[in-house]
Amino acid sequence: MSLLRVEGVSRSFGSVVAVKEVTMTVQPGELRAVIGPNGAGKTTFFNMISGFFPPTKGRIFFADHEITAMPSHRRVALGIARTFQITEIFPELTVRENLRIAVEVASKHRLSLWLSRENETRIEARVAALIELGGLSAKADRQVSELTHGAQRATEIMMALALEPRLLLLDEPTAGMGDDETYHIVRLVRRLHKDQKLAIVLVEHDMRVIFNLADRITVLAEGSALAEGTPDEIAKSEAVQAAYLGKVR
Amino acid sequence: MRKHWGSGVIWLLLFTMPFWMLAVGGYTELAARIVVLGLAAMALNFLLGFTGVLSFGHAAYFGLGAYGVGMTIKYLFPSTAAGVVIGVAAGTLAGAIIGALIVKLRGVYFAMVTIAFGQVFYFIAFRWNSVTGGDDGLTGWGRQPINLGFTTLDIQGNDKAFYYFVLALFTISVAVMALLLRGPFGRTLLAIRENERRARFLGIPIELHIWLSFVISCFFASLAGALFALVNNFTDPRFLRWDQSGTFVIMAVMGGMRSFWGPLMGATVYVLLQDYLSSHTENWMSFVGLVFVLVVLFFPRGIVGTARTRTVAEP
Repeated sequence: MSLLRVEGVSRSFGSVVAVKEVTMTVQPGELRAVIGPNGAGKTTFFNMISGFFPPTKGRIFFADHEITAMPSHRRVALGIARTFQITEIFPELTVRENLRIAVEVASKHRLSLWLSRENETRIEARVAALIELGGLSAKADRQVSELTHGAQRATEIMMALALEPRLLLLDEPTAGMGDDETYHIVRLVRRLHKDQKLAIVLVEHDMRVIFNLADRITVLAEGSALAEGTPDEIAKSEAVQAAYLGKVR
Repeated sequence: MRKHWGSGVIWLLLFTMPFWMLAVGGYTELAARIVVLGLAAMALNFLLGFTGVLSFGHAAYFGLGAYGVGMTIKYLFPSTAAGVVIGVAAGTLAGAIIGALIVKLRGVYFAMVTIAFGQVFYFIAFRWNSVTGGDDGLTGWGRQPINLGFTTLDIQGNDKAFYYFVLALFTISVAVMALLLRGPFGRTLLAIRENERRARFLGIPIELHIWLSFVISCFFASLAGALFALVNNFTDPRFLRWDQSGTFVIMAVMGGMRSFWGPLMGATVYVLLQDYLSSHTENWMSFVGLVFVLVVLFFPRGIVGTARTRTVAEP
């Protein structure tokens, strides 16, 4: 059974068609990269899966629930979590507080006025485990706005992970990072994929990152799905080379 | 530790105020006014400072509380308690309905629509002469002694008794607001203030939580309004007007909207300036405005916010 099934989705903004009848299926535990030249519609496609806005045409299923027009907070409850191209965190709070809010919401305490000692202990332990997993132990009690871009991104990924998702959507997780930071994030993503068997869909520009991580790759160009296959197949595809490098003939 | 110490000083001052207010040139009613308007500003700040949503129409709920208590005592039954309950119920209900209509709006649009709804209530109070007293306000009523069963609380004749009645309700309100903000629900509101998009994608239904915060804020604003009518034994349609809403925003911003006690400080400064200046000049508001501008320019985090940053920076 597939985890995510996108059937012929389109999205237009006025007369501009950003995404045109794209179909894609992601299996549980798969790491799928979505690539394409600038303006190919990757982020628009991503936003439809996470519920930022609905498609104008087509349908989306997640674990056999139709989620085409479902509000984003309900998708989160089903198990879809995402990060953003521009890191979205709570800047004036510490790493620990950021994660704590995520864990509390994930454990259905968003309307609680206080926590029992038992829940308090459980939540603190979960937050500590996420800090450890994200390699953020040294920075746990610092305000996130003071941290490096890489540490902020790691915090954001850990917040998404706090929601115990079945599908993690990462929108350009290494955008604007130096080599060291990119390496750190790639290692983190690989660990989540290998150790936790988490299905991940990621949009990325950095080809090293993609060929390093992805099980399969979907190539978008001018809003349409141009090709899909393993990294090897995609690397050899003439259509893909043409889309990236310009048509040969 | 230092924070608890600060709260302790504030409570000590509040609980002893009637005993030294005269010595420093004030009077007991002034103390009650500080506490009541402080409550209104703290109620607004529940929404503004701790949820990140600016309402420019809180005078509507404040005024509904005021008219609720006045009209109950004048027309229905001469009971202070019943008046306060009905006033708070009216303000909260209006907040719940209006909140549900506007909760999808953001920023300036939200603020504009809150003004518009607020003005509706002002014009009703202003025009409906036969019931609300129109422009002259609602007169011919006053606060009634409260029968507690074993004793009667003479809030009518005894200024100090009335002050402590107001302070008791203030204390309960502040404790409830602090409790709400300290737990997981309060943290979801902070999350919305800090980054609405992230909050939404953590699975928080943003509109529901903003609505809850709005209704809680309106509840305490209407309680403050009811008490303010009791302080004055009078309600004025201007309690409902948009400039009254602006006053609450000024108090919150001047005192420091990121701090829990800030709005009380802002209200204190505002009420004292008003009391002192208005006996010297009709244009007292321009001096208050000047102070506000100076505070915003030199202490952008408000009086309390700035004081806290300074103490944190000390070695």
